[in-house]
Amino acid sequence: MSAVEFCGLQLAHRVINGSGTFDAIAAQRVFGAALIRDFPFAAYVSKTITLERKDGNPPPRLWEAAGGMINSIGLPNKGVDGYLEEDLPQLAQLPVPLITNVMGSTGEELAELVAICDCRQEIAAVELNVSCPNVKTGLDIGADPRQLEAVVGVCRARTRKPLIVKLTPNTADVPACAQAAQDGGADAVSLINTLRATALGPGGGPWLGGGTGGLSGPAIRAVALAQVAAVTRRVTIPAIGMGGVQRAAHARDLLDVGAALVAVGSESFRDPMTARAIAEGLGE
Amino acid sequence: MPAGAARGPRLVSDWSTQPAPLERRLLTVLENERMGAYRVLRVADVETPEPRPGQFAMLAAAKRWGGGEDERPYLARAFSVARRRIGESHFLLEDVGPGTNRLCELGAGDGLWALGPLGNGFSPPPPRLRAVLVGGGVGIAPLAILQDTLEAESDCEISVLLGFRDRDRAEGSALLRGAQIATDDGSVGHHGLLTDLLVRELERDARAIVYACGPAPMLEAVRALCAEAQVQAQLALEAGMACGFGACYGCAVPKRGGGYLRVCLDGPVIDAEELERVDEHAGSPA
Repeated sequence: MSAVEFCGLQLAHRVINGSGTFDAIAAQRVFGAALIRDFPFAAYVSKTITLERKDGNPPPRLWEAAGGMINSIGLPNKGVDGYLEEDLPQLAQLPVPLITNVMGSTGEELAELVAICDCRQEIAAVELNVSCPNVKTGLDIGADPRQLEAVVGVCRARTRKPLIVKLTPNTADVPACAQAAQDGGADAVSLINTLRATALGPGGGPWLGGGTGGLSGPAIRAVALAQVAAVTRRVTIPAIGMGGVQRAAHARDLLDVGAALVAVGSESFRDPMTARAIAEGLGE
Repeated sequence: MPAGAARGPRLVSDWSTQPAPLERRLLTVLENERMGAYRVLRVADVETPEPRPGQFAMLAAAKRWGGGEDERPYLARAFSVARRRIGESHFLLEDVGPGTNRLCELGAGDGLWALGPLGNGFSPPPPRLRAVLVGGGVGIAPLAILQDTLEAESDCEISVLLGFRDRDRAEGSALLRGAQIATDDGSVGHHGLLTDLLVRELERDARAIVYACGPAPMLEAVRALCAEAQVQAQLALEAGMACGFGACYGCAVPKRGGGYLRVCLDGPVIDAEELERVDEHAGSPA
């Protein structure tokens, strides 16, 4: 597999994981030393970390959709203190660079998380999850270009590490948001996040404990390809493309429309070694 | 040979868990046996680490996984290992949706993806306690391999209590030996709830540990009964899950004192005291 450079990080190949789709600590409990020996991803993106601990949404959290799934997990995590104390020492043992994904409900919260990550040499890069409603406006931070540019700007000021903005697909003009991220000082963008979706239970009410969730899997692949193509036409910073990637051909499509890296998400649920197989299929 | 009869010597676990192989493996179906309303899928499985009773695998048909009702299935489905025989793993299926529907179609020679064994599995009974195995519907599966292992590895007394909806499903009891049976329609055994049998068992001798698997209402009834009688219970839960190895966080169930357990990673076997109650979504199909 041939090495690639991404925002100053040296990677063994072009395939990483989407945030929240692979728990390397849990996987090590299940698969043992083989996980480290045959680690499937060229970089590891953590689950979303928030300032305070979150338990996540009440069950049920999953719904199988046509060609995919809807999840309403609710970002369970130990909070940044728990992450640094308990998880980071284990994640630092992974044989690949660590990208920490963070989310806050305000620009200040996000900037504080970024500053905390900036102090830790185990963390190679920071990814901002901006698919969170602004507590005042109710609008996702990442859905409004002006708001997004301002938030990325305050985060940019707090770190010299590569800063990646995970764009939301749930907005009218994704390329404009990518442009805003770039103008705010992001080093890269990643897309697409899950598409907002819901499902009804037998009684006609929402099935998911969280009410709505995010659609992922093959069902969103064509949407991802269109959004990645539109974004790479618009911005000059590199893009990590993802959404429904199951095989090397799907990854190749995203690279062909300009993605620098590809991420695998839901498909890793079906086979934890999917990403490695895709990297090999790309001839890397 | 009756469908439930053992083929070849039973393999037993030594209660340890080994790391699961880090990839799904392509296995070959040997036979799809009808057992009343259920199917027993016998699969050639030579190289798997020996599962501990209660562990499970994520299964998907190698071909035509998808394109069923509502363009499903997409995700693999979690199944307890029901039995091990030399070179074989057996899984108990009931056709309740697009995933199990496709798996029930598989026949000899068909390919089956399997990831596992996954999860923690049952713990052996403490000394001087007898084991009471309580299973409802398709949830009897992990109790079969548990019975195999208990009979081989311990000298504890074993009682088997199984509950089913009707006669057709009660044929699944052939997977275990010496079962007392309850049916909802009274067509076989006790006409009434499985927990009626459990009450009687515990009144006879409460120095027992209960191992239970089945629909959520049954598990909750078993949990409450055991808590009342101060009897230890290990409950094998089921929850919708995308991965089986702790990645998706989809299979969360509320734990006592707040927060959630992941059924795939912290379970599927959970000590009953860890739960305030069994979540309504945390059981097998009724």
